[in-house]
Amino acid sequence: MSVANRPVHRPLSPHLQVYKWQLTSVMSILHRATGIALSVGALYLATWVIYAASNPTAYALFQSFNTSIVGRIVLGGWLFCAFYHLCNGIRHLFWDAGYGFELKDAYRSGWIVVAVSLIATVVSWIVGLRLV
Amino acid sequence: MNSDLRTPLARARGLGSARAGVHHWWAQRLTAIALIPLVVWFAISLVMMSGADYGAVRAWIGSPMVMVLLILTIAVGLHHGQLGLQVVIEDYVHGDGSKLALIVAVRFVAVLFGLAAIVAVLRIGFGS
Repeated sequence: MSVANRPVHRPLSPHLQVYKWQLTSVMSILHRATGIALSVGALYLATWVIYAASNPTAYALFQSFNTSIVGRIVLGGWLFCAFYHLCNGIRHLFWDAGYGFELKDAYRSGWIVVAVSLIATVVSWIVGLRLV
Repeated sequence: MNSDLRTPLARARGLGSARAGVHHWWAQRLTAIALIPLVVWFAISLVMMSGADYGAVRAWIGSPMVMVLLILTIAVGLHHGQLGLQVVIEDYVHGDGSKLALIVAVRFVAVLFGLAAIVAVLRIGFGS
């Protein structure tokens, strides 16, 4: 094998393990992760509507899972993903329009997204748990 | 002198090497903008209805305004999710066959669940 064709064992970029964790990259990864979670959760929510169109017994069975601790965690987790993906999605739309690219602005908008999505999540959890 | 390597016709069409241009990008942004008010409405509704019994949830889904917003949320939301998952698959799945199979599977599942949920909403609204 010639030198040029020998496999390269050097670390190739992007090489996640050697990068220092930072807000901007963590938020980017989280945007994808919440997007995937929301898509899977959408199927669960679609199933809810489908059960509502079936008979009362089947719906009661689905609702007993919804109101269980596991069900609450699933719905509460979906709400966090929705609020985060929504807020960070708006941040992305501003970038698409050409605004907020300065490092200082990217960090400021990032912290605003973290704060707003966490506040919305906590409020929704408190209201949701009081209604059950 | 034209320094562009593409023909004038190719430039005018603006479709690039994938022959799809910016359609996917635009569809993703358009659905994202539509989902801003829809997701806010849906999240509030989800909190309010998460413990609702059979009668209450059907009365809510069956009202005309909710039917329209819910069908919109289902259709636009699943379309946006499908577009996003396609990008994730294209980024991380490198085999041509498995990439295509996954993208097609995601689309089929999205259409199946979306249609089933929309039919369910219509059945509740129009009673059958």
